[in-house]
Amino acid sequence: MELKLTLNGRPVTDHIDPGLLLIDFLRNHGCYSVKRGCETSGCGLCTVLMDGRPILSCSMLAARAAGHSIHTLEGLQEEAADFAGFIADQGADQCGFCNPGFVMNTIALLRENPDPTDDEIRMFLAGNLCRCSGYDGQLRGIRNYLESRRNQNRA
Amino acid sequence: MEQKEYKSINKPIRKKDAMQLLLGKPVYTDDITPGNALVVKLLRSPHANAIVQEINTSTAMKVPGVAAVYTWEDVPKTRFAIAGQTYPEPSPYDRLILDRHVRFVGDPVAIIAAETEKAALRAMKLIKVKYQVLEPVLDFRKAKDNPILVHPEEDWFPPCQVGGDPKRNLVASEVNGDGDVEAVLSDCDIVLDRTYHTKAFNQAMMETFRTYTELDRYGRLHVISSTQIVFHCRRILSRALGIPKSRIRVEKPRIGGGFGAKQTAVCEVYPAFVTLKTGRPAKIIYTREESQIAGSPRHEMEIRIRLGASRDGHIRCIDLYTLSNTGAYGEHGPTTVGLSGHKAIPLYTGGLEAYRFSYDVVYTNLQASGAYRGYGATQGIYALETIVNELAEQLDMDPTVIRDKNMVKEGMEMPSYYNETANACALDRCMEHCRQMFHWDEKYPVRDMGNGKVRTAGVDMAMQGSCISHVDVGSATIKLSEDGTYNLIIGAADMGTGCDTILAQMAAECLDCSVDDIAVFGADTDASPYDSGSYASSTTYITGKAVEKACAELKEKICSIAAEMLNCNASEMVFEGRQVRRIGTEETVSLEDIGYKSQVFNTQAAEATASHSSPVSPPPYMVGMVEIELDKETGLVTILDYMAVVDCGIPINPALARIQTEGGIVQGIGHTLMEDVRYDHNGKPIGSSFMQYKIPTRLDMGKLHVEFEHSYEPTGPFGAKSIGEIVINTPAPALTHAIYRATGVWHRELPITPEKIALSLTEKKQKTS
Repeated sequence: MELKLTLNGRPVTDHIDPGLLLIDFLRNHGCYSVKRGCETSGCGLCTVLMDGRPILSCSMLAARAAGHSIHTLEGLQEEAADFAGFIADQGADQCGFCNPGFVMNTIALLRENPDPTDDEIRMFLAGNLCRCSGYDGQLRGIRNYLESRRNQNRA
Repeated sequence: MEQKEYKSINKPIRKKDAMQLLLGKPVYTDDITPGNALVVKLLRSPHANAIVQEINTSTAMKVPGVAAVYTWEDVPKTRFAIAGQTYPEPSPYDRLILDRHVRFVGDPVAIIAAETEKAALRAMKLIKVKYQVLEPVLDFRKAKDNPILVHPEEDWFPPCQVGGDPKRNLVASEVNGDGDVEAVLSDCDIVLDRTYHTKAFNQAMMETFRTYTELDRYGRLHVISSTQIVFHCRRILSRALGIPKSRIRVEKPRIGGGFGAKQTAVCEVYPAFVTLKTGRPAKIIYTREESQIAGSPRHEMEIRIRLGASRDGHIRCIDLYTLSNTGAYGEHGPTTVGLSGHKAIPLYTGGLEAYRFSYDVVYTNLQASGAYRGYGATQGIYALETIVNELAEQLDMDPTVIRDKNMVKEGMEMPSYYNETANACALDRCMEHCRQMFHWDEKYPVRDMGNGKVRTAGVDMAMQGSCISHVDVGSATIKLSEDGTYNLIIGAADMGTGCDTILAQMAAECLDCSVDDIAVFGADTDASPYDSGSYASSTTYITGKAVEKACAELKEKICSIAAEMLNCNASEMVFEGRQVRRIGTEETVSLEDIGYKSQVFNTQAAEATASHSSPVSPPPYMVGMVEIELDKETGLVTILDYMAVVDCGIPINPALARIQTEGGIVQGIGHTLMEDVRYDHNGKPIGSSFMQYKIPTRLDMGKLHVEFEHSYEPTGPFGAKSIGEIVINTPAPALTHAIYRATGVWHRELPITPEKIALSLTEKKQKTS
């Protein structure tokens, strides 16, 4: 079947197998940031934005994205780089395999709630598993980013 | 303690790959290898113990897009081990690429290679197999001397004598000790005799097992794999496939987590075999389910301890017996078990008069176990620390005070630790620091919150090693570039832990330059100097020292080239970082000029390779304290605070050491409260997805506080010991202790789920009413 959608701001048309999952479509189109960590919508690694909202691309047919706008981390490099350095300063990137999904969901969080509390961060990102970091370093990184942004706004 | 001022050591420097990872760049096996490789899938046995009587692949071969289907008849008949260990491996050679005898639910029966995943899966369904189903051995307590043999084959081969006997389902067996255990026990005021049971847990690294293989431009087998052990992997493939090592190149890109799982060549042989047979690129990517049911989880162990003490709390004798379940194959079986005693008992070196440590490791028809962070120490420490907490409760003593009395202290010789001396040991300071910061005296008493919930705390200590003494080899090559920057080439595998970065920090310190001036590459069997690989808490301690040595050698060579430029002796030169000076003069040569000179009419390589190995394995130490709130109605345990103080010598990178600690603690919390590799009565795995096998989320861990107490390990690089493994060891005993405090029930089996807690409280109520 023919699929038309917007991928990272660019129109894309492709012929796909109707059973193709969105994650595989995206990786076939060079969006290697999108990772598969499970097959049961249980890890958050494959998170991308559809019309600005975070979705799990491993459990959605590519066909369902027809006519929609999909953003992967490849398309949001600057927005991500804004806070990613603070995570890096904590060493919380670790193996990095969960990072793209975590970063995408953090982008979604910060767009929806620009100044979240620690508990709001934990709740929003609860579906993003990480086996390396123990999560606290990720939290400290986001917290430091918010703090630095507050200081910038004050200055 | 006096500490040297360093420029790069003991600094929280960003990981070299951090921004690449955080911005989702293509750096992992599946991102950087061609998408048009043959997709490799494995048909797995539905039976725990069976013989393949007939297997018909003709219909499967007719599926469009199927390139090949292989069965036991097609593979080499040489048995091998897939454990990533130094040759000769303690693990027995008990595997074939495909065996007619399948020994657990999930054991591969056929290899399918196809153009697409869809075709491979269709073909898989069309393979017809007739099994002779045999009765399995599923209970590891009944495995030893069971008439049903997991490995009845005659060509079972142990490269090392470790007390194994396949005719008894034994992989390894040993007894060792010091002093007269029975005499001391009979003289003790109090003797506790307890048995503890730990289950198999999966590493559950986010990137599942995966390997890509192709024939390179020389026709050699080129393997790109998510592995911690490139050199062992090459050796394993060489034996399994029957081709020389010169025909194999193994490299690892970035790795999406390992935790020991990838210290075993779990999936490499399958695509490698396909590529050799077809000449075509091949790729295997395990599903999460495959990683859960046919991976390399922690060994299930049952540990019986007899602990003898005096009335005033002096621990005089430890008699520890471990029964370990290696599953269907023996990877890491003979060695993990050793740590359950040797890396637990030395904690109580203080006044210990005698100890005995004995073990049996048995085969069963369950998923083969392997290496998992902590490697047996985790199980042993859970048992020993719990029985010490039981002793403290029985004697009505503060469990931190009983440890003060008995713990190993700096300068002590440890008979149960190969008679090594604790040259760097801040365990006593860790305990004091933790007690103060955690407010132990306030949190330890049981506090009824008035809503069916109680709050209380638990404590324990832990240790590990730094490397496998007399075995592990780490190497580093350091090369000067013409602009005065360096390349550091290693064979150790950074699996996210940050070893590329901490090794660069060491090189930068030695060469008096910025960490940014050190480019790191690893690991590739064609390019890297030999390294055993990243496991056994060895990279910082062993490979780090190799980096130090290589840098020292390179500095000498740089001085020598500079001396030639100034027409003087190398002994007159002194290395000053960006330049080399002729001592006592104003004559200098810049590093840049030396770099260029090294490329013109030069006979001295501006590079150095050094190897290191150690006769000792200095333990890091740690104290953990946890405060919980326990709901007596539901059995739910909520972690409020977790405080850990670690002595890893001098932390090379405090930020990364802290993250290691936090990550290890959260994994340990998972093992203690929720994770469990389970099977039904036929040995069929249940709970093989993340929906059922729950690992901790960021809502399950409470507040973590990590601190360090420095010691200085004289044999380590810059005083460093290891950090990677010890950090997983404290949650189980500390939580078990806190749960006892809250409920009055000792749970001697992991995990301690809310169901088990709630049921134990009901039982307790019934008993007392």
